[in-house]
Order: sequence, then structure tokens, then C-alpha cells
Amino acid sequence: MASRDDIKFLSNPNIGSLRKKYCRFRKYGIRHVDYKDPDFLLQFINEQGKVLPRRITGNSLKYQRKVATAVKRARHLAILPYVADLLK
Amino acid sequence: MNQYEVTFIVDPVLSGDEIKSTAQTYVDLISKEGTIVHTDEMGLRQLAYPIRKRTTGVYYCIEFQVPNGEMISKMELAFRRDERIMRFLTVRLDKFGIKFNDDRRNGLIGKKKSDKKEKDAPKETAKKAAPAKKAAHKPLPKSAPKAVQEVAAAAVSAAPVVPVTASKSEEE
Repeated sequence: MASRDDIKFLSNPNIGSLRKKYCRFRKYGIRHVDYKDPDFLLQFINEQGKVLPRRITGNSLKYQRKVATAVKRARHLAILPYVADLLK
Repeated sequence: MNQYEVTFIVDPVLSGDEIKSTAQTYVDLISKEGTIVHTDEMGLRQLAYPIRKRTTGVYYCIEFQVPNGEMISKMELAFRRDERIMRFLTVRLDKFGIKFNDDRRNGLIGKKKSDKKEKDAPKETAKKAAPAKKAAHKPLPKSAPKAVQEVAAAAVSAAPVVPVTASKSEEE
């Protein structure tokens, strides 16, 4: 059996783990999510208008909930659509 | 004294005077009971979906303080009865919301230019807002957290977070 020293990879096996995920609200000290701001909220919804999951956006739970309620309020006020396609 | 914010949409087919007078009646109604902090006429906007067969609406946002919460339900009843109001939403603002609105009125939220804003408030609620059309009388002083956030937003949205198995990263 080849010892570990003999194994050579064509590309660095650690290559993918460099991207650290973080909650942008925590990091930049944003405490409030405004529902009246569609340009900001567009970051958190996909092209169909659905709210993106937390594992994609990297939000912490607290801010993911705030974002979700903000999106729902915006939908109620017709600032964002409920159903769409090619939103972005 | 709790601070509330009510956003409502007025039917756009009315004449400009009627729209203004409709909004004014509610401004007066509120100012009788409490103090108005700010009224924001967001103007005619495209709706994301048709409401009552209309595709545009005139948005108003009133921020106010009342000592007693009872008038909220009276106000909402008046909104419901009024046929010229298509939608409304009343929200109670917590301290972060109040601070956010204050900062936005003072122009502290927007695109960054100078670095001095970074030292001002590390906890400042900086946000990628589009208040350019509404707020700034002066050019928006840029706040550092905002631009960093923009870069981060671009970075995060361009390369979505994938835990662990990184060799195949899903393109968003």
C-alpha cells in the first residue's frame, strides 16, 4: 500500500474549504431589515420569488427569520411578488 | 410611547388632489391622537402583482408615535372602510427599526465613499437601500459597512455557501 507521502493529487484537496460562511448581518452590524426595500431583499430570494434557505445565504437563524418576515411583508404590499419567474 | 409605521397604497386612478386629500385625512387622523415622526410619499410605483385590476399604486408611509395603542385598530378600521385604499400594513417598530429609520433620514445609510463613517458607529445599521430618490437633499455620505456589505453580498451571492464538499460548488 502506498504510504501517505506517496499519494499525489493533481489539485490541492483542501481547495474547496477556503470560503468561510458568515452571517452578513452579524458581521456588519445590521440590526434591522427593512421590508420597504426591494433591492436589498432581492439578495435573499431566488428568481421565482421564493425565500432562499439559510444554508445558501449564510444567515444566522435570527436574521433569517427577520428577512423572511420582511419578504412576506413586502409581498403583502406588492413590493415583491408572490410568484414570479426570471425575477433577476 | 410606541413607535409605529403604517404603509398604505392609494388607488392611482383618482385625481392627484383626491389622492393627496386621502392621504391627508389619515395624516390628520393620526396627528390628532399622537405625534407624527415622518411621512414618506413614495409616490407612484409599479405593483409586483395586480391588485383590484390595478398595476400601479401611490405609496405612503407614515411613522408616528402614540401613547395609547387603541387608536391603531380605529385607524385600521378606517383604512378598511375606505375604498380608495388598496392595501395597508401597520408595523410596530422596535428600537433597531427606529434607529434604522432615523439613520436613513439622516442619510447615513447608502453607498460608501468616505472612511470616517466607519469609525462613527460600528453598530450602525447600514443597509443597501435605494432611498436616493426619496431622501437625500445632500449627496448621501457613504458609510463603510455598507460597501463592505456590498462586496460581501456580491461575494456571497456569486459564490453561494456550500458546507464541506466543495469540489462541486453549485452555481447560483
